[in-house]
Amino acid sequence: MDIYSKRRFVVYGVFAFVVLLFLIILFRLQILNSTYKQYATNNVLREITQYPARGLIYDRNGKLLVYNKTAYDLLITPREVTAFDTTLFCNLLNISKEDLEAGIKKAKKYSYYKPSILIKQISPERFAVLKEQLYKFNGFHTQSRTLREYSTTAAAHALGYVGEVSGADIKRDSYYKPGDYIGVSGIEKTYETQLRGTKGVKMNLVDVHNRLKGSYRNGEEDVPAKIGKNIVSTLDLKLQLYAEKLFRNKRGSVVAIEPATGEVLVFVSAPTYDPGLLVGRVRGHNYSKLLADTLMPLFNRALQAKYPPGSSFKPVNALIGLQVNAIDRNTRFACYGKASSPIRCTHNHGSPNDVVDAIRESCNPFLWNTFKSILGKYKTSAEGFNVWRKYVASFGIGQHLSSDFANGLKGDLPTEKQYNKIYGRGHWNALTVRSLAIGQGELGVTPLQMANYGAVIANRGFYYTPHIVKEIENDTISREFKTKREVPIEKKHFETVIIGMSQSVQRNLAATVKIPEIEMCGKTGTVQNNQGADHSVFVAFAPRENPKIALFVYVENGVWGSRYAAPMASLIVEKYLTDSISERRKWIEKKMLDANLLDPNQKK
Amino acid sequence: MPKRNNLWANIDWVTVLLFFALVFMGWLNIYAAVYNEHYQSIFDTTQRYGKQLIWIGAALTIGLIILLIDTNFYVFFSYIIYGFLLFLLILVLFIGKDINGARSWFAIGSFGFQPSEFMKFATALVLARYMSSYGFKIHNPKSLATIAAIIFTPVLFIFLQNDTGSALVYFSFVLVLYREGLSGVVLFFGTLVAILFVLALLVPNLVLYIVLLAIALLAFFIVNTKLIQFTRVLGAYLISILALFLLNFLMKKEYPLAGIVMAGVLLGSVIVLLVSWRNRIKNYSLIALVLLGSILFTLSVDYAFNNFLESHQQARINELLGIESDPLGAGYNVNQSKIAIGSGGAFGKGYLKGTQTKFDFVPEQSTDFIFCTVGEEWGFLGTSVVIGLFLFLLMRLIWLAERQRSSFSRIYGYSVAVILFFHFTVNIGMTIGLMPVIGIPLPFFSYGGSSLWSFTTLLFIFIRLDASRFDQL
Repeated sequence: MDIYSKRRFVVYGVFAFVVLLFLIILFRLQILNSTYKQYATNNVLREITQYPARGLIYDRNGKLLVYNKTAYDLLITPREVTAFDTTLFCNLLNISKEDLEAGIKKAKKYSYYKPSILIKQISPERFAVLKEQLYKFNGFHTQSRTLREYSTTAAAHALGYVGEVSGADIKRDSYYKPGDYIGVSGIEKTYETQLRGTKGVKMNLVDVHNRLKGSYRNGEEDVPAKIGKNIVSTLDLKLQLYAEKLFRNKRGSVVAIEPATGEVLVFVSAPTYDPGLLVGRVRGHNYSKLLADTLMPLFNRALQAKYPPGSSFKPVNALIGLQVNAIDRNTRFACYGKASSPIRCTHNHGSPNDVVDAIRESCNPFLWNTFKSILGKYKTSAEGFNVWRKYVASFGIGQHLSSDFANGLKGDLPTEKQYNKIYGRGHWNALTVRSLAIGQGELGVTPLQMANYGAVIANRGFYYTPHIVKEIENDTISREFKTKREVPIEKKHFETVIIGMSQSVQRNLAATVKIPEIEMCGKTGTVQNNQGADHSVFVAFAPRENPKIALFVYVENGVWGSRYAAPMASLIVEKYLTDSISERRKWIEKKMLDANLLDPNQKK
Repeated sequence: MPKRNNLWANIDWVTVLLFFALVFMGWLNIYAAVYNEHYQSIFDTTQRYGKQLIWIGAALTIGLIILLIDTNFYVFFSYIIYGFLLFLLILVLFIGKDINGARSWFAIGSFGFQPSEFMKFATALVLARYMSSYGFKIHNPKSLATIAAIIFTPVLFIFLQNDTGSALVYFSFVLVLYREGLSGVVLFFGTLVAILFVLALLVPNLVLYIVLLAIALLAFFIVNTKLIQFTRVLGAYLISILALFLLNFLMKKEYPLAGIVMAGVLLGSVIVLLVSWRNRIKNYSLIALVLLGSILFTLSVDYAFNNFLESHQQARINELLGIESDPLGAGYNVNQSKIAIGSGGAFGKGYLKGTQTKFDFVPEQSTDFIFCTVGEEWGFLGTSVVIGLFLFLLMRLIWLAERQRSSFSRIYGYSVAVILFFHFTVNIGMTIGLMPVIGIPLPFFSYGGSSLWSFTTLLFIFIRLDASRFDQL
């Protein structure tokens, strides 16, 4: 036995120490710590998003407006790419070599292992050719996406368009991932959640090189994509196309509503654009082109153009006057024509007038006196103004209509506070704000609000919030749209005003606006324009009893209400109610179609 | 009383059984690591598990031949074997094949041969032969020099082959030397050097110097509890540091604080060393010397790390010490290895069901990272069993070595145990992130002919020596 024999215990100790250390570490690694299981799963699972087709959009008569077409994205996984024939590749895809290099560089920056989109939205025709050759290019693969396709060029503003999600969208809703599509305006935006469907996911196993190794658990964990819900719009495509045709070479807007339901039949903002321009790879280019157009085709006048309604607002004041007993059916006021004070009358007619005459003749002094009486009925002008304001607001003027139009403006309806600020408390009265009597001044109303106001009169005192969507597949539309909204003015007063509106059309505008066999009621208006010719407006509904359509037409630089807006409205109504334009009114249709109000040198 | 002349009765079958168990389990895991639906025949020699079967067959033949050779052969021919392998080790530098940046392989057709693997048993034989020679005294300077020459000559050439892992194995002989009487101080300093090496890279220098000084002061206090002596030492250090600090301030030089403290501690140590040397206070001079050496060592580590190591080696050490984390770069192997082992859980994912294994996430999985497959597919149960088997084998080898009558057999036995131990520690330590990634195989487990045969040779020579232990007087 040698003296150092005992040292074997030190050696045993060293062995035991290392083994114990290993066991402790392995125990922590394998039993106490569960994160490594997750890492291992993340390593091998590749979730492949399944994109659903977007819901289709139909018009109220079941005509298909918007559907989908397939396009293909080409994806690149930089790590798997081997040397390839770049000339052939660029020719197949119709891209330049510089674009290709820049694209590959960007993809590499994102990840060597994960696929990223190199070229978006390849057309099916190009894809067919590409697919045959794709085997020559390692590291590239395709995925299919759906793009919007339009059966018509009409109703671009109502339908809206689809674009790529922004950073803000992704932040707001975690459903979206970079590169996803989202409705940017119109129905596409408002009904995004219904139209988009639900993305699905396919779980695949991949190896370290990200090569596909089959599906995970035989696809048990896969979630199929749910296609978007189809939507039936309230639009009447035929009428929409006709209205857009009438608006060629003009700027302006038409909104037509079915009074009994609040359904929007026609929604025109002119000039418009082909919605097909904002789809696919050409979208960015076309969008900037449309944006630069001085006629502003992207500007949605029906929702966002606000202006004082002018004479077309007169029925509102008459109705309020009757309701608060500031006037009655027989109250007459004298009119001195151009010598009238404080507001002169621009129309030629008899005197004195009752309320029906005044509406028919659009008599300024009558409405001024009515307005003065309304405000004068109360202790202070401010109190009277507030009563007046409340009635005006009940028509939806100056209010968000909480309709399903994206980006609608609220418009302007002045408040007491606003006037106090301008003139000082107690330092203003009916005279100060007299422009309101004839629909001028601080009022700002959008065509949608004006059409709704037409519907209120047609309904004799109520409306349903105007809306653009009629039905959603397996879903219901908002209850808002089924709720009747009453205006606190008695029905009989409406009947009074309607007599005036009917006479205006049947008597004063018989030549160009009166429709045979149909009694249309309407009120013209002229909106003063400091930049050029005045704008022509017309609010109307028809037929007088049991109205089917209420509409508002607004033609920029149309000079007088009776010159363009009213005849155009009559044509739209006639087309809607009789499906054709009567022989003896064809000349009016031709005149309207031929009118070019875009030409700055036009005859005023 | 065992029969002296019956070789087969005297073989330690427990060790042989352990050998078989490890080789078999190794093969099962190699099969899993390269498993592929397209090649299912286990005899498919285009696949690694098929080849490994051939290597195993050859290894068994080698083992059998070794058992049949007379023990005296190893004693007499030890120098010749050593010399021959050393020749191959040098030759490979000139005609070897570059694999992964190391030139340590002879390529003979598709077959590779790595002389550094076999150099281990040759070195063990020569070491045993030399140290068992008559009148050998380990602390004799000449003996130490010879031992160093025996061990470090192969190390030098293996380093030149750029195969750091294989070279480091030879440092494990220090345990054998310790068993044979080398002072424990060597072990102590070995450990100290290792700890300082890590701390020098990990801890800011200023902190390190202060910690070292604090430990030294504690040591001063323990060896001599007389307060007056301790106060003098403390004073020497504090005044040195303060003086240098003031000097720096007054001369308007802007040396960093760490540098001043370091210089102060060095100066203080020199003063304490000189004074205690003169006064014959041996303990004090020793502590001062160790402190002095430690600080110089940390300085040289920093210098060597920055100037001698190549960037990928620096990256691996940094990764291991957690100084830099780069899970996709230097840390990729270890990270994926830990994921594989960690995801195995208590009982594993099941044989051939490991996703990390199956889809090639861990590089070098059938060779250096074979332990991952065990961890992933067999879980903590599997890893414990494998580690347990290794511990059993190592303990058994020490136990066998201690029962030898000849010191040659004992020294050789210890050498076998520590070489296996070193491989075991570094390889498994590497897969669980405890050791830097230096590619050395797990004995009997990892794929590869050279390593399997060299470990078989190493082990079976000892089994043969043990079987004839009664022949020795």
